Amino acid sequence: MSSPLLAIRDLHVRFDTEAGSVHAVDGVSLELHRGEVLGLVGESGCGKSALAMSVPRLLPMPPARIEAGGIMLDGRRLDTLAPEALQGLRGRRIGVIFQEQQTALSPLHRVGDQIAEAIRLHRRLPRAELRRQVEEWLGRVGIPEPAARARSWPHELSGGMQQRIMIAMALVHDPDLVIADEPTTALDVTTQAQVLALMRSLHRRQSGLLLITHDMGVIWEMATRVAVMYAGQIVETAPCKQLFGQPRHPYTRALLAALPSAATRGKRLQAIPGQVPSPLDWPGGCRFRGRCAYAQPRCAESDPGLLPCGDAHACRCFLVHDAPEGGATVSDASGSSAALPQPTKCGDKV
Amino acid sequence: MPPPPPWRRPLLEIRDLRTYYPIRRGVFARTVGAVRAVDGVNLTLQAGETVGIVGESGCGKTTLARTILRLERPHTGQILVDGVDIATLRGAALKAYRRKVQVVFQDPFASLNPRHTVLDLVTEGMLAHGLATPANRRGQAVRLLEDVGLGADLLDRYPHAFSGGQRQRIAIARALSLGPQLLICDEAVSALDLSVQAQILNLLADLRERRGLAYLFITHDMAVVQHIADRIVVMQQGRVVEEGPTEELLAQLRHPYTRELLAAVPLPPVRSADSIDTRHAVCTEGAQGG
Repeated sequence: MSSPLLAIRDLHVRFDTEAGSVHAVDGVSLELHRGEVLGLVGESGCGKSALAMSVPRLLPMPPARIEAGGIMLDGRRLDTLAPEALQGLRGRRIGVIFQEQQTALSPLHRVGDQIAEAIRLHRRLPRAELRRQVEEWLGRVGIPEPAARARSWPHELSGGMQQRIMIAMALVHDPDLVIADEPTTALDVTTQAQVLALMRSLHRRQSGLLLITHDMGVIWEMATRVAVMYAGQIVETAPCKQLFGQPRHPYTRALLAALPSAATRGKRLQAIPGQVPSPLDWPGGCRFRGRCAYAQPRCAESDPGLLPCGDAHACRCFLVHDAPEGGATVSDASGSSAALPQPTKCGDKV
Repeated sequence: MPPPPPWRRPLLEIRDLRTYYPIRRGVFARTVGAVRAVDGVNLTLQAGETVGIVGESGCGKTTLARTILRLERPHTGQILVDGVDIATLRGAALKAYRRKVQVVFQDPFASLNPRHTVLDLVTEGMLAHGLATPANRRGQAVRLLEDVGLGADLLDRYPHAFSGGQRQRIAIARALSLGPQLLICDEAVSALDLSVQAQILNLLADLRERRGLAYLFITHDMAVVQHIADRIVVMQQGRVVEEGPTEELLAQLRHPYTRELLAAVPLPPVRSADSIDTRHAVCTEGAQGG
C-alpha cells in the first residue's frame, strides 16, 4: 500500500467565539491516496469545511486554531509549516475550488487576468506565453471562444462559467491535492452535471481530490471513498458503493433513508428525530445517541471510537463493533433477537 | 377531507398568464424592452392536489408564484381562484383572497421578522383578519404550534433562537393561521439539511391529509418533487414545456428538456424496501416488542 498523499492524524480545530469555544473538528484522522476522490459528507455544522480548509490553512486564525494533531502532505508536515513556505505550496501543490464562485472571483479583474495571476504566483513567464496558457486553460475547462472570454468580467459570465474559471485557477499548476468545497451547490442541476463531469475528466491518476459536500447524489457521482461526518467527528468511512449498499452507522443509514425520491412517493420519509447537538457543548459518549433508535446505556458512557468493521470500512458505533462483519445481521430473517437490542426511541417530533 | 368529485371547478386556474419586468435604460429610465419572466402559462390545480413546478433558475417559477400572490402585477392573463379572477381584486375581496392562498418562502432566516416574538408572528394575520382577538390569540397560537410539531414554550421567544427547521415550522404555522386552501411553497425545503428536510416534508404531507390542503410546490430539486407531487409542471424560459401526473411524466419524459433535467440529477441508488432494516421500520411505526 503506497503512502498516502494527504494524511490527517487526530486533528483538533477550535474556534474561539464570544459564545464559547467551538470544537469544530474533534480528533479526525483520515488518509487520501493519489488517484482517489474522497467525499467528505455531512450536514451543516458537522465540521467538514473546517476540516478541509485547515489543510491549506485557509481558516481565519484567530478565531480558529489547530489545537492538536498533524496534517501531512506526502509525509511533510503542513500544520507546522511557516506561512511563507505554506504560501509556496498553495496553488502549486494544493489547489482549492471554493463554493461561492461569485464571491471568490474578484469583480474588479477580468477573468483572464485572474487566471494569469494564479499562474504568475509560482512561475515567471513572458507575456505572450502567459496569454497562451490562459487561453489554453479556458479551452480545457470548456469555455467557448477563449481569447474573447479572457477579457470578460466575472459578472458577465453565468454561474457555471464562473465555476469553470475557479476550476482553471485551482488547477493551473497541476496540484497533487485538489480540495473542492461544495463546488456545485450554488449551480443549477444541469450546470452541476456539466461541472462535475469536467472535474472528473480533469482529475488525474496522480492527484487526489478531497470533495466536500452535503449532497449524497454528488457523492455517488464523484467519490471513490466516502467519509461521513457528524458533530465534529468521522462516524463512518467506506468505499463509495459499499457505503450506499451497506451503510453501517445509524446516522448514515438514517441519512440515506431520509432521501426523497420517486420510490418514496406516498410514504413518510424516515426523518431523524431531534437536532444536531450544540457545538458549544458536545455531549459525552456517542454524539448521535440522542437521536439514535438503537441507543443503549453504554452509548452515554464513552465514545465508541472509529474502528474497522469490514473491508476498508470503519464505523463509530458500539452496535457495529459487536458485529463487525455483520452487514445485514440486524435484519435477520428468522427474527432471532438474542444479541440485538430493542429500539428505544420512536417518532419524529422536533 | 375526501378529494372533491371530478366535476367540480378547479381551485386555481391560470389562463395565458404573462408577467413582464421592464428593462429601463438611460437617464430618464425609459422602458426599452421587457424580460418575459412568465410568458403564457396555463395551469390548473384541484382542491387537495399537490402540483410541483420545476425548472432551473430564470425559468419563471418564482415569478409565477409571486404573481399568484399578487406580489407582482400580471401583464395579461387570468388567475382564477374558485372561479374569481383575483388579478383585479381590491379591498375586502382581496382580503378574503389572502385567507385562501398563503405562502412559505425559501429562506427561514429572512422570512421571519426578527423583532417579533413567535406569538406575534403566528397571530398577526389572524388579528388583522378578525379571526382572533388579543384575548384569545395565545390559545389559538398554541394549537397552531402543536399542529406543526412545536411546543408552546416557544411562543415568547424570538426567531434568532431557532434552527432553520424550527423556523420553517413557524413559517408554516403562520401560513396556516388563516385557514388557507392553497399553500404555495417556494423552495420551502431547499435551504434545509437533509434530515430536517425529511421532517418538514413529512409535516407537509400530514397537514395535507389533516386539512385537505392543496400545494403549489416550487422547487429545482427533482428528487423532492418526485416524492411529493401528484402532478409535475416543467418550466423553461417563462413557459410550460411539459406537464402531467407524476408517474406518467416520469415514465414518458416526452420533452427533451425534461429528459435533460432528470438525467442531470445525481440520484444515489435507492435501497429496496426489503433490504431496509426491519427494526428501523419498526422505529417509525411505533414501539414494538421483539
